[in-house]
Amino acid sequence: MKILVTVKRIPDPDESLKFGAAGLDYSASKWVPNAFDEYAVETALRLAEVVGGTQRLAEVVVLSICPENQRQHVTQFLAMGADRGIIVDADPDKLDTIAVSKLIAAVFKKEACDLLVSGKLTQDNEGNQVPQRVAALLGLPQACFAAAVEWDQTGRALTVSREVDDGVETKRIPLPGVVSVDLRIVLPRSVRNGSTPATHAYNEGPRLASLKGITMAKRKHVAVLKPADLGVAVGATEHTVAVTAPPKRKAGQKVKTVEELVEKLAKEAKVL
Amino acid sequence: MSKVLVILEVAAGKLRPHCLPGITAGAEIAAKSGGTLQLLVLGADPGQAAQAIAQAGYGATGVLTLAAAGLEPFTAEAWGDAIVHAVKTTGATVIGGSASSTLRDALPRAAALLDAPLASDIVQVKSANTFTRPVSAGRALLDVQVNAPITFFTARGTEFEPAQPGNAVGVSPLPAPTVDARGVQVKGVQKTESSRPALTEAKVVVSGGRGMREGANFKVLEQLTDLLGGALGASRAATDAGMVPADLQVGQTGKIVAPELYIAVAVSGAIQHLAGMKGSKVIVAINKDEEAPIFQVADYSLVAKWEDAIPRLIELIKARRSA
Repeated sequence: MKILVTVKRIPDPDESLKFGAAGLDYSASKWVPNAFDEYAVETALRLAEVVGGTQRLAEVVVLSICPENQRQHVTQFLAMGADRGIIVDADPDKLDTIAVSKLIAAVFKKEACDLLVSGKLTQDNEGNQVPQRVAALLGLPQACFAAAVEWDQTGRALTVSREVDDGVETKRIPLPGVVSVDLRIVLPRSVRNGSTPATHAYNEGPRLASLKGITMAKRKHVAVLKPADLGVAVGATEHTVAVTAPPKRKAGQKVKTVEELVEKLAKEAKVL
Repeated sequence: MSKVLVILEVAAGKLRPHCLPGITAGAEIAAKSGGTLQLLVLGADPGQAAQAIAQAGYGATGVLTLAAAGLEPFTAEAWGDAIVHAVKTTGATVIGGSASSTLRDALPRAAALLDAPLASDIVQVKSANTFTRPVSAGRALLDVQVNAPITFFTARGTEFEPAQPGNAVGVSPLPAPTVDARGVQVKGVQKTESSRPALTEAKVVVSGGRGMREGANFKVLEQLTDLLGGALGASRAATDAGMVPADLQVGQTGKIVAPELYIAVAVSGAIQHLAGMKGSKVIVAINKDEEAPIFQVADYSLVAKWEDAIPRLIELIKARRSA
């Protein structure tokens, strides 16, 4: 089994945004991995490893579209435990979503992967569409917004609990397939692979890289490809024509007591 | 001139109300390009629901149906195929609807099959092909211009008015599509049972945060919620801690709400939570920590412990009602 995980570096979402003349100014930003991609790598590692044993059930390959010399996030994921990396040398902010999806689909095919695990969205662009697109391009089934995954090794399928507007949907998809993960995938018992004891509870959240992992990461293989190597023409169907800060809310007022609050909600805001 | 096609969702033979803002967004795109708007209902037997929708019309020129057994229960795989079929049959140039979990799942799939861009979660229609969408947890608004023969969109439900009934229109069935679910099986949806209105549709939302400490403490928030006829919400800290079910989460990664009145109780106000509620008309924040960031977006800020403030609030509202 070979699992491909897409990862992206984004400007630190906890830093305030700088509005420049030509859009958002990221020149002084600190770059960090997208949180949902950390969850995706954690999901893949939980599927691949057997807790309490040495066996490895899958190879975990991380894929990032980024300038070749800005790959620190890839190294970080290798330190976390991914087996190897692939970089498609391009500036993702200059590609449209169509091109990004085609590049990922091309790598999936080239590597003959069995599963793509992706974050459900990136915290910067919030497009929420790349995994779905990749699944379509490859003609594969998809399970998006996954909160829990159970791998049926003999049936070559995944049973996925998906977060939908009305609650939680249970969907079984045969492999090869595509999964996009939501927040709750990193709760202690969200990922089951049939080999790690069912009683095992992981620590919540994505794992931290160990010292050994950090040393090993430097020795792990990272292949660098160009979009042209993958036969993908880079299109431009979307252009950002303006960036603005959302209108600020009017300054609010402090109330001292619950009585005052109720009075104002009733008479001033007229919502009671 | 756009030919706009808005995809609707129905349940028990009726239009799901969360689809109405998507129709409005579609109508605006049609109006700005001098084009037309059609509505599409998909399902195993969508005829009856389509008739009811056509009676209300919602400003569209017609209602189309696509019938295939494989379209129920919903799968992105079958719906993706069906939507592609509808686009090819009708020549639609702009396809979209409300940004529900259903359309966020299925529309990118259809868009990819047609090599078409998708503007997701738009909040404003600037022109026939320029849409405003929030990024980075709502801290910036991008105006995105899309240049392609076919364009998809999803519209944020809180930012467009629900479409109003208008003149009745006709229903036309499209030829049946061939759909391939690619081997998936949907085993069902475990619904969170609630007698309250849906979070995204409620006029009042009462949310609890980390400071509620445990699930049992949400009882008092439920009392307040029911008194106001609202929906109960929560911050990510509260849902992650297992105090309440995950689908109550309001925020960038949960539900986006914009009620008339939003009451945040013991919610600190992380950026990702604010992204889900700062479109609310009136925001009340009750928190014992006067430094809590939630106070920066609140219209009415009360520094108080929820243990004291909420029971008193319930008491006073009841007193007003009976007065």
